[in-house]
Amino acid sequence: MPSLRPMTRGKLVWPLAALGCLLLFNFFFTPNFFHMEVKGGHLYGNLIDILKNAAPIMLLAIGLTLVIATHGIDISVGSVVAISAGVVAILLGGDLAGQPRYPMAVAIGAALLVSTAAGVWNGMLVARIGMQPIIATMILFVAGRGIAMVFTNAMVIWLYVKPFAILGQGYLLGLPFSLYVVAALLLLTALVTRRTAIGLFIEAVGINPTAARFSGINAGNVLLAVYTFSGFCAGVSGLIVCSTVMSADGNNAGNLFELDAILAVVLGGTSLNGGKFYLLGSMIGALIIQTLTTTIYAFNVAPEISQVVKALVVYAVSLLQSEKFRARVAAVFASRRVAA
Amino acid sequence: MTRRLLDSRNLSILVILALFLSMFAAGSVAFTNFFSLQNLLNLFIDNAYLLILAVGMTFVIISGGIDLSVGSMLGLATMISASLVEKSHLNPLLVILIVLLNGTVLGFLMGCLIQFFDLPPFIITLAGLYLGRGLCYIVSIDTIAISDTFFESAAHTQIKIIGDAFLSPSAVIALVVVALGAYVLHFTRFGRTVYAVGGNEQSALLMGLPVARTKIAIYALSGFCSALAGVVFTFYTLSGYALDGKGMELDAIATVVIGGTLLTGGVGSAFGTVLGVLVYGTIQVLIVFQGTLNSWWTRIVIGFLVFVFCVLQRVFEARKGATVVRRASPGPVATAGGG
Repeated sequence: MPSLRPMTRGKLVWPLAALGCLLLFNFFFTPNFFHMEVKGGHLYGNLIDILKNAAPIMLLAIGLTLVIATHGIDISVGSVVAISAGVVAILLGGDLAGQPRYPMAVAIGAALLVSTAAGVWNGMLVARIGMQPIIATMILFVAGRGIAMVFTNAMVIWLYVKPFAILGQGYLLGLPFSLYVVAALLLLTALVTRRTAIGLFIEAVGINPTAARFSGINAGNVLLAVYTFSGFCAGVSGLIVCSTVMSADGNNAGNLFELDAILAVVLGGTSLNGGKFYLLGSMIGALIIQTLTTTIYAFNVAPEISQVVKALVVYAVSLLQSEKFRARVAAVFASRRVAA
Repeated sequence: MTRRLLDSRNLSILVILALFLSMFAAGSVAFTNFFSLQNLLNLFIDNAYLLILAVGMTFVIISGGIDLSVGSMLGLATMISASLVEKSHLNPLLVILIVLLNGTVLGFLMGCLIQFFDLPPFIITLAGLYLGRGLCYIVSIDTIAISDTFFESAAHTQIKIIGDAFLSPSAVIALVVVALGAYVLHFTRFGRTVYAVGGNEQSALLMGLPVARTKIAIYALSGFCSALAGVVFTFYTLSGYALDGKGMELDAIATVVIGGTLLTGGVGSAFGTVLGVLVYGTIQVLIVFQGTLNSWWTRIVIGFLVFVFCVLQRVFEARKGATVVRRASPGPVATAGGG
């Protein structure tokens, strides 16, 4: 259907325009914002920092985009980030000499396994028991951070295993390594959802689960799959977070990440009411949030205040997505035209 | 049919009551000094702010909505009180009035957005969470200690009940809020409308109930409760700190759910919520008495309880669905129509 093409492209225009406006603002008002230099074969600069710092949220947003497309939500991702970071930190051990307690592959594998299991748990509650997604994932949201704290014995674990730092701090061909992880996962997800029927199934479940069931889609399995995948993405994100700061703090790792990730997905054009989803849009959404934060940093405002700006952005975006609001604005314009 | 519904609702209250009593009994058997009137009253003293938050949240959830902003609104209330009392030296009573007004207005505005533009409560109150936290930091990044005599006396006064057992002013405020909340929810037209909106908004609208006004009032009420909880929290900590109440919105939701309120709306009670808070408090006290367990176990146990109660609710719903065609909460709606 060629007529659908411009529509999908049209959806990406808004988040891109928002990002463009932010960058343009910085171009005029923030000195050296676009300054880049090559140091020791690596690219340095604000833009690279934005990409690098947005990586954990981008990873979460990939999984959440699919969850939200099924008209669901996963608020446990921040806690799963903490669990994943905790598991990998414990298995690598806080040995000062940098000697890992278990091989790195085992530690990373275990962290991903545990987070995927967390996703399966969420999926079972939603798909098999039939709980509302926000409640089902709230259980792990509340308990998850507790589990992470019990794992790490409520202490911050510092890591000295050098090779592990590559994940969050390393560079490959001049670019941060974490970006390749994001790109790989994004590409894989895009291929699986767009080149097979799975993407269509997800959208069908999000638009009307009953109709999807009648047309032969096993809605339960689709739901189970997206929540499991969201858990996995949170696990990968946790590894990057842990590697970036080379420590695992059960209390603060991934704190409020779920909100940023949901915001990224919504900014990217995927509706919270399910249906059509835009993976690339979510990535742009994550970049918008990070650019906003970096901009606020550049103006020497306390970073915490950026939350006020974030809140205002959410209100603006929600209003733009609201049909009632658009109808009202349209009515105002129409009456003006009549008057003229 | 009304009878059946009433039974299942009473059942969930009975389950939670039995849970609370058995936990308290288990504590009394296992630990010396656990079984005392003061220890019971301490549950109210230590969880006064949570009790107030949970009452507001009960209204919101029964109406089928959710309010994620309560934790940060509590933090904002502590920051504004501390700042106005310590830095601007305003009269404490005036400060409390300003704080309560501020909370109510913010709640009212969120309610308006939700009602007039058909926006999801989840997103609007989520943005409210960010907004509240950000405003906290605008007030001050640092902790503000309070040395005002009014706040100090509110923090240290002991109101004797029987013998040496006492309640704090905060606990008394919380109990008054609970009593008022229960009265409004169960014995007024507004309360009935809350149930009707949660049961089925469309039918409530068709019945001519003031849905818009009620929904906005519910969020304003929740904003008021979070501000009041913030004031009470300030009595408790005698300071304002921008991270006060972090994650408390989920504690409040969890206690409301454990108290038997359905997240789908239309079913719940203020009494159940009180029991939910008591169970939450007892878990914390048990962990303190036990001594070796990390306090983070509270969160794991709470998560587990939310799980158990949600599954129980699903079982009830499934049974109800099997025998009668699902209708929008017939009991309360019928009464509201008659009244």
